[in-house]
Amino acid sequence: MAFDDAYHALTDHDDDARWAYGTGFTDPLAGVPGDLPDGVDRAELATYCLMLGDDALILSHRLQQWVTRAPELEDELALANIGLDLLGQARLLLTRAGVSEGWGRDEDDLAMRRDPSGFRNLCLAERADADFAHLVARLFALSTWRLALLDRLTASRDPMLAAIAAKGVKEVTYHRDYAAQWVVRLGDGTPLSHERMLAAVDTLTPQLAELFHSHPTEIGLASVGVAVDPAALEAEFTQVWTHVLQAATLLPPATSLSGGTSRGNFVAAESSPPGGDAVAAEVSGVPAGAEQGSARPWGRAGEHTPALAEILDEMQGVARSVPGGVW
Amino acid sequence: MTRHEWPLFEVFVRAKRGLNHVHVGSLRAADHEMALHHARDLYTRRNEGVSIWVVRSDAVAASDPADKEAFFTPSSDKVYRHPTHYAIPDNVPHI
Repeated sequence: MAFDDAYHALTDHDDDARWAYGTGFTDPLAGVPGDLPDGVDRAELATYCLMLGDDALILSHRLQQWVTRAPELEDELALANIGLDLLGQARLLLTRAGVSEGWGRDEDDLAMRRDPSGFRNLCLAERADADFAHLVARLFALSTWRLALLDRLTASRDPMLAAIAAKGVKEVTYHRDYAAQWVVRLGDGTPLSHERMLAAVDTLTPQLAELFHSHPTEIGLASVGVAVDPAALEAEFTQVWTHVLQAATLLPPATSLSGGTSRGNFVAAESSPPGGDAVAAEVSGVPAGAEQGSARPWGRAGEHTPALAEILDEMQGVARSVPGGVW
Repeated sequence: MTRHEWPLFEVFVRAKRGLNHVHVGSLRAADHEMALHHARDLYTRRNEGVSIWVVRSDAVAASDPADKEAFFTPSSDKVYRHPTHYAIPDNVPHI
């Protein structure tokens, strides 16, 4: 009989019947033209692809470091899945960077044979997490920012960047959801979990200004419709960030937000003295983030914290010890 | 500090439209919402599903293995309950 095998009925793919589940994979980039868009500087496009690719690669490594250390087995796998999603995005973006610069470097060259000063990731991606609350706060911030960015990047004039972004939007939507649920769960949980989630958010908040500090490469490519200027993401980010922190009881409800709090006003807070006049600065007409020079070190320009070198020592260890090795 | 263990959930995944949900395993989670997230991460990583159900394991009533004879054996000789005498066209799936 045709349906003797119980598994056979579960798959449409007769040529791959040995798999009970999980056939029918598709290549999201199939048929996407790889040509570079007209009138775009190759080196600039390569740098931009490195920025987005390095964000994903370095955050992916940080997530991988949680494997065997996560509080629950189920969450360990969730973090590994997110790390793998990001690693996939990094591979596509680094490949695009290599093609764009035209020196014959591939994704492995760029991931495994570059010094820290060549990395363009946000410093926020490389920071170590003191505990699970710090991790979910950082993951929530970075995925909120990345989702806003990828969503806009789907309209890029570079068809490859647009296709990579379209693939990433679905993945990062889930990453943001996962992280936001944990921020709310811990923030609105027990007194101890609230205290530790609050500490994580307070540590993170001064580091967020970097997200909206545009690099000349980003501004230049955004002006020709290829890239997204991160300064344009601040409004959406603030809305989502505030909404989730309020749900997590880490910020006062919306009605009293105008009272001013550094946690909901990270850009101004970053450029103000501790306990300073974030609200007063806005009232006086100084736009949030005006003191952009204060975002130091500036990952987009290749400036990093010592954490990046530590990550690369681990991540590139095998590639350095076995040059040219393949398996 | 005492460690509170999360309750157990049973996970059912439907591989595609038109098929039924199939029990695929269990997991621990704090509530139904988290259980759905965990089920997605544990049991659909390889493209397995289009729909997930989760249910608290302690909400499942199960038959008693001691009742096996009374429960199941009487149906084993009722051949007339099976439509095996019909010819099934080759192109009809999922009978």
